Amino acid sequence: MSSAAIPQHSSVDAEGPLLEVRAVAKRFGAREVLKNISLNIASGEFLTLLGESGSGKTTLLRLIAGFEQPTSGEIWMAGERLDTLPPYKRRVNTVFQNYALFPHLNVRDNIAYGLRVQGAPKSEIPGRVNEALKMVKMAEFAGARPSTLSGGQQQRVALARALVNRPKLLLLDEPLSALDANLRKQMQSELKGLQREIGITFLFVTHDQEEAMALSDRIALLRDGALEQVASPREIYSRPATAYTARFIGQTNVLHGEIRRGIATCGALRWPLEDADGPAVFSLRPEAIRLCTDGKRQISEVKFRGVVRQQIYAGASELLEVDCGEGQLARVRLSASGPLTGEHEFVFAIADAIRVAD
Amino acid sequence: MYSRAYKTIVSVPPLLWVGLFLLLPYALMFAHSFWAVQDGTLVHHWNLANYQKLLTNPLYAEVLFRTMRIAASVMLCSLLLGYPLAYYLSFHSGARKELLYQLVIVPLWVSYLVRGYAWKTILGSDGVLNGFLQYFHFTHAPVGFLLYSPFAVVLMLTHIYTPFVFLPIYASLEHIPRPIVEASQDLGAGPASTFFRVILPLSMPGLLAGATFAFVLSLGDFLAPLLVGGSSGTMIANIVQTLFGASYDWPLGAAISVCILGITLSLLFLTERLERHWSFK
Repeated sequence: MSSAAIPQHSSVDAEGPLLEVRAVAKRFGAREVLKNISLNIASGEFLTLLGESGSGKTTLLRLIAGFEQPTSGEIWMAGERLDTLPPYKRRVNTVFQNYALFPHLNVRDNIAYGLRVQGAPKSEIPGRVNEALKMVKMAEFAGARPSTLSGGQQQRVALARALVNRPKLLLLDEPLSALDANLRKQMQSELKGLQREIGITFLFVTHDQEEAMALSDRIALLRDGALEQVASPREIYSRPATAYTARFIGQTNVLHGEIRRGIATCGALRWPLEDADGPAVFSLRPEAIRLCTDGKRQISEVKFRGVVRQQIYAGASELLEVDCGEGQLARVRLSASGPLTGEHEFVFAIADAIRVAD
Repeated sequence: MYSRAYKTIVSVPPLLWVGLFLLLPYALMFAHSFWAVQDGTLVHHWNLANYQKLLTNPLYAEVLFRTMRIAASVMLCSLLLGYPLAYYLSFHSGARKELLYQLVIVPLWVSYLVRGYAWKTILGSDGVLNGFLQYFHFTHAPVGFLLYSPFAVVLMLTHIYTPFVFLPIYASLEHIPRPIVEASQDLGAGPASTFFRVILPLSMPGLLAGATFAFVLSLGDFLAPLLVGGSSGTMIANIVQTLFGASYDWPLGAAISVCILGITLSLLFLTERLERHWSFK
């Protein structure tokens, strides 16, 4: 990561990371939930912690918020050690999964809560609350009790309640998972717009890879409590480091084979590749494969024959399951090919078969 | 949904029960309070003399006020014991929660009388507590006020009703979603601020219910003053009991009962209103 050159303990300059997670581990009894996590978040960045349930993403968020203590390791924010502070002394705010609004307070008082308990000047509070209400388009609901609001509205209040405190870092714990699909899409784009507008650093937790791709500057993929890969959405999709990443982010063909004397062999597929000899795993995206109608291929391409076993129509594209012989199945995504059966020729670029760690 | 016949059949037993064992006795009691006793027999002469006696004889007012003082003390003491206990159990007891909960509940299975006699043994002039105080030379003679005093009544009733106060408070604390408490901390509120701004308001219905239990149950208690109260610890229910028993003045006893019923009902009405004000579902 780029932060390696930055002095670790001295005051952080403008280029330094806002948040540094240093070798953090967390155990619950015998269960190791997080294993040696190191992660830096730059100021103004939108970073997503992505992972299956049980991967430790929420635990990492709770460590940063202060609801849990790391078993080992340290967390620093802007040159200040964070993990030794209680949650109420951290300049971090959280948007909780089910919003966790105060049921006995109306929308306005919910939003003003943070300012009041931290003793903001009384004259300042109404203005800032109104500003926050306007930002999330909830001004007309200022007097409403949370129980009378819809999920999406509660979501906005939760966001305003956190942002009104102008935190350096906003933690979002699956904030959109309780919303229905359409509202979710809409909130995604609003969230992204808001983050750009106010420039606060967002640390977003989700299990939804599409959501992660749509929102993030960088994605940190967690697997069984360890970081699998940290990269931008484009990079993590086009250059997955492991077979797990390739499978988790989008769809892919994971090809098991070997490389020997400059030739990669995966079942019936064979192509020249200058790399170390030995067993190899490749990720080949379904859309990297195309139908070869004229029988010709470029020098940098691999051509193979396969029998279409199944065709799934998905509107803009269709997904084929192709049997390439020797037990090798490949998924192929074509745009509007029309119905296909029987044997066909397919090609893909060698550069698109990404060698990954198993 | 349900047929008329079904609804009728289902509603008759409870209505019968309420009518026979609740409304009818209350009506009889109410009627008695306007009757009189002449030459040792009950006569159905409608009059207000019983209520007049209540207002003019200072004895009754004094006992009634003492009773309310004792009930209020019991309420306060059992809240002071029950709330922290419930708070600790709900938020900080961790794995010991179940065990501690059972320990709080267990005394409820012990007979009221047994507990009353136990306090007698503890507080008496040659009781356990006095023995202890003298053995360690805190005092040289038995301390008198421990037994047969309002203090003893408050102590015993607090002991008996604290679980009743604990239970509704504990239930309401358990109902507070933990993320709400975390949200408060997250927004910068320390433990005290979180308690007063979030936990206390959200547990108010339980607190009110517990307080009402302690007050109302103490208000009508006659066994504790009988066992450990002595003459200075007499409560209004003892007077009623005497009037219905040895003194054979049912009308006056009924009049006092009507007054207590009035106090209790207005109290329940008040807490009902307050509980509604503090509920946010």
